[in-house]
Amino acid sequence: MYEFSRGPLVWIAFAILFVGSVYRIVSAIVLARKDKVVLPYMKWKFSLRSLFHWSLPFGSHNMRIRPAFTVLSFLFHGCLLLTPLLTLGHVALVRESWGISWWSLPDGLSTMMTILVIIVGVFFVLRRIADPTVRFVTSYLDFVLVILVLAPFVTGLMAYYQVGNYETVMIVHMWAGAIWLAMIPFTRIAHMLFFPLTRAYMGCEFGHVRSARDW
Amino acid sequence: MTLVRQEIHEMKAKNWDWQIGTRVLADLAKVRSSYARVDELDVSPDGELIAAPVKLEEGSFTACINEERWPDSYEICWFVRFTPAGKLIALVRIDDEWTVAVDGVPWEERFEYVWNPRFSADGSSVAVASKRDNLYGITINGKPWGTTFQGMRDFCISPDGTRSAATVQVAPLAEADVPAFFAGVWSVAVDGKAWNNRFVNAWNPVFSSDGQKVAVEIRTDICDYAIAVDGDPWPSRYGGVWAPICHPVDGGVIAPARLDGAWVLMKDGNQMWDGRYNQLWLQQCSRDGKRVAAVVSPVFGKWTVAVDDVPWRRVFGDMVQQPVFSPDGKHVAAVVKENNRWTIALDGEPVAADFDMIWDPVFSPCGSHVVARAERGGKYLVLYDGRTGRTAYDRLWEPVFSSDGRQVMLRYVRDDKYCRQVVSLNDLLK
Amino acid sequence: MKETPESKVVDPGIDETSRRLTPEKIQRVVKHVLNKETASRLQVYLDTCVRCGLCAEACHTYLSRDKDPNFSPVGKVKATLWELVKRDGKVDGEFVRNMARIAFTECSVCRRCSMYCPFGIDIAYLLLTVRRICSLLGVVPLYLQDTTNSHAATQNQMWVQQDEWIDTLQWQEEESQFEIPSCRIPLEKEGADVMYSVIAPEPKILAQLLGNMAQIFAVAGENWTMPATDGWDNSNMAMYSGDFEIMGRVERLHWETAARLRVKKIVMGECGHAFRGAVYDGPRWLGWQFPPIPMVHAIEYYYDLLSSGRIKVREKYKEHVTIQDPCNTVRGRGLGDKLRYVVNALCENFTDVTPKQEHNYCCAAGGGVINCGPPWKRSRMVSNRVKAEQLAATGADIVITPCHNCHSGIEDIIGHYDLGMHVKFISEIMVEVMEVPEHLKG
Repeated sequence: MYEFSRGPLVWIAFAILFVGSVYRIVSAIVLARKDKVVLPYMKWKFSLRSLFHWSLPFGSHNMRIRPAFTVLSFLFHGCLLLTPLLTLGHVALVRESWGISWWSLPDGLSTMMTILVIIVGVFFVLRRIADPTVRFVTSYLDFVLVILVLAPFVTGLMAYYQVGNYETVMIVHMWAGAIWLAMIPFTRIAHMLFFPLTRAYMGCEFGHVRSARDW
Repeated sequence: MTLVRQEIHEMKAKNWDWQIGTRVLADLAKVRSSYARVDELDVSPDGELIAAPVKLEEGSFTACINEERWPDSYEICWFVRFTPAGKLIALVRIDDEWTVAVDGVPWEERFEYVWNPRFSADGSSVAVASKRDNLYGITINGKPWGTTFQGMRDFCISPDGTRSAATVQVAPLAEADVPAFFAGVWSVAVDGKAWNNRFVNAWNPVFSSDGQKVAVEIRTDICDYAIAVDGDPWPSRYGGVWAPICHPVDGGVIAPARLDGAWVLMKDGNQMWDGRYNQLWLQQCSRDGKRVAAVVSPVFGKWTVAVDDVPWRRVFGDMVQQPVFSPDGKHVAAVVKENNRWTIALDGEPVAADFDMIWDPVFSPCGSHVVARAERGGKYLVLYDGRTGRTAYDRLWEPVFSSDGRQVMLRYVRDDKYCRQVVSLNDLLK
Repeated sequence: MKETPESKVVDPGIDETSRRLTPEKIQRVVKHVLNKETASRLQVYLDTCVRCGLCAEACHTYLSRDKDPNFSPVGKVKATLWELVKRDGKVDGEFVRNMARIAFTECSVCRRCSMYCPFGIDIAYLLLTVRRICSLLGVVPLYLQDTTNSHAATQNQMWVQQDEWIDTLQWQEEESQFEIPSCRIPLEKEGADVMYSVIAPEPKILAQLLGNMAQIFAVAGENWTMPATDGWDNSNMAMYSGDFEIMGRVERLHWETAARLRVKKIVMGECGHAFRGAVYDGPRWLGWQFPPIPMVHAIEYYYDLLSSGRIKVREKYKEHVTIQDPCNTVRGRGLGDKLRYVVNALCENFTDVTPKQEHNYCCAAGGGVINCGPPWKRSRMVSNRVKAEQLAATGADIVITPCHNCHSGIEDIIGHYDLGMHVKFISEIMVEVMEVPEHLKG
């Protein structure tokens, strides 16, 4: 089981992520042709301008009027993406398998980042419950998604601190990670794929077509 | 409309002065100094006359022709235009009532209002929309419809000018009475007699060339459209239709319709072209009816002309206007616009020069030459077979070919003088 | 159920029509719109929204109603589109009625929320899709549908008869000559540089605005014209009722009228939604990527006149003024800076609003909301308390509103919240303060 999890499972997860993502993006673009009024208005300049403003902390008005949320959100998304890529254990695994490696985070830092992801993730959950506006549009699926996203981090942390049976925890960790990866294209985590597309389109509608700012 | 007008032109043009040379017919500075105000100019088809509404004094207007004026004056006189027959008409107000003055003589009938004059192709008929006692109708050559209606919008007259048709409101409609509106209060009246069928809307009626048939766009529900001919709708409903035309020879009704999100060209309720376009309108038949051209958009944001369902390869970004057939039907030209510059495209190829504005192309009788007037930097120019004339005019009206096509008559204003020039085709650009 | 300003509204346009619907018809129309008329945008937007609620703060309705979640942009989508998708269109008439209320009267499709959504989801587009469904089902607030019917029957917004239109222009030409004797409203002048187009309320109830424009054009020395046929009205409530076929018909006639008159551009009066219809929504539905002939909004035209010196200011307007940024020309065209240039050029004492420019609050009248008529007025007032607070904070006496919907909407707000202010169009101030050259005085 352990061998399967650290070998084929990862392959399968990445394959699903890759194929699924390509499928989602391509089908969005193909459908955009059917929409007729999307692609003819797209311009790199305004797409990138919008992406720049919205990828930069405090780059938009809405980010500035809620600074705490902006900081937490950027920390969450940054750590969420970087930690798995740069954790020593993951880099070591890749080196063992393919002999390639890259810089990795010091253990302390990656632990801290993991904890941050979990804390902010929990904050998001609490916000969903506490803020009536967000609660109003929340369904059980939104909690499932957070659990899906946090599970690899929680189990990773458990593995690092050797909580429980190490091998079991590792298997759960790997499965959690694999499920998370595989689910990206097929759940609302796909917002990660669509962010550049929707942002670019709106950037063009505001900037190219309407000579206005969208941030 | 265009081709019939061309035919008439050619017929009449025989009797006009085609001697090569230029005649100065009016000194506009002198005209202006004679009146308190001179408004929009118009010129006669034979080029001999230039006319405008002029203000004599406060509350007193008339029309001037060359350096003369109509003897009578009116409280208001506007829309001074020449008919294809060369008569001068104006919309005039006398004692707070409106009528049409033809060559300075007002019609006997008076109205609350008259507007939107239309001429038959030969100019023998002048029709206006007229209103009396808050009811609407058409008046042709001074004779109003026997029946009038609560509302009226689009109207047309038959090519020979004897008949008229209009979209009319045939039942009262209270304010914000949406159910009554969708029950249908609009119909078409032909010579004042309304069809029995009522529609949610009716737009753009048109007569067949023999004047016996009227076709119109109709709407029968929120998103159900069709064409009705003499009161009877085509059997199917479409997501949209545009103005119909009648085939000049067989009288069939040709109109664009929207089928499953794409536009197709229909004839008498059947699909006429296979092509499915993003947009399709302004269809035209050649004079012999053998060919049909239309403005089409093959893909979003690109426009061109399709002739017999074959779009020109060249497409234009801004706009393509109504295609014009040569008299022999072999060529098609249209005004096209790209990057905010206007020009003419002939058989799919745009002229190299572009302009601030351009008017419809005019074919020579044999169809092998095209002239048009264009504007650049506030001056008017002649465009002839793709080349631009050197002379700049302050105003220029549509160039006219002689019947044999060897001369062109130019009607223009230069140095504040209205001139009529006949020039041989070979010298047109000199 | 808690009583709200809208809970007791009687509107036969949505009450009676929704009662007559059958589940089959609803589902058929919903499926048609979701499967045939929409594509990528709808799907991607639905899949991308992470329910973060960050759009909420953008909405004047939400802010004005004490952050009631029902009025956040995402809350409105949840109550309409999400449900339609989830239930595959199997909803009842009561649902459709609520959907119509939300989409037509509680969202002015101002697109401010698109600037607050991290993904740039065009929430207004989603609500317009809901309106489209309602329109095809015949469930549209009565007064709004009546306006659309006017467009369909008369090609203008207010059932203006063809003779009334010309007669009004001739009357206003005479009126303007009392101020500047050489003033004209040249009708049907083929080959003029500019066609001036307006919305139907101008000839119907605000005719003096036409006379004002005649004076401005005279002083500017413009070569302009207006059509004496249908096609003069640039407004388009069909765009907002969801009747896109009629929207397209109105816009096509408007553009073809300009083409028939061979003008080089259209200058339009101070209206926002008309700009949107003529420049964006109309051309796109018809297949034009951009308007076929350039269209210049009054704000931009005044800016050109003032910045080029074609119109000079005799003496600046003295009253304390502030402005309303119309969504469709500021967020929809980036004319915020030019608007401020014009106002500063004309007025001595200008206090800007906060928030401003693209971030200014909607007037809550646009997007067809005010056209839903008297039954919904109280709801509309309650939905824009923030606008009243924002305007009051400027301490100004005059609110300059270069848009008809803003003008009427803000006038209502001033009345409802007793702000003691007045609204004015730019042109009204311009004719007061511009210098009329001697040779025109006659």
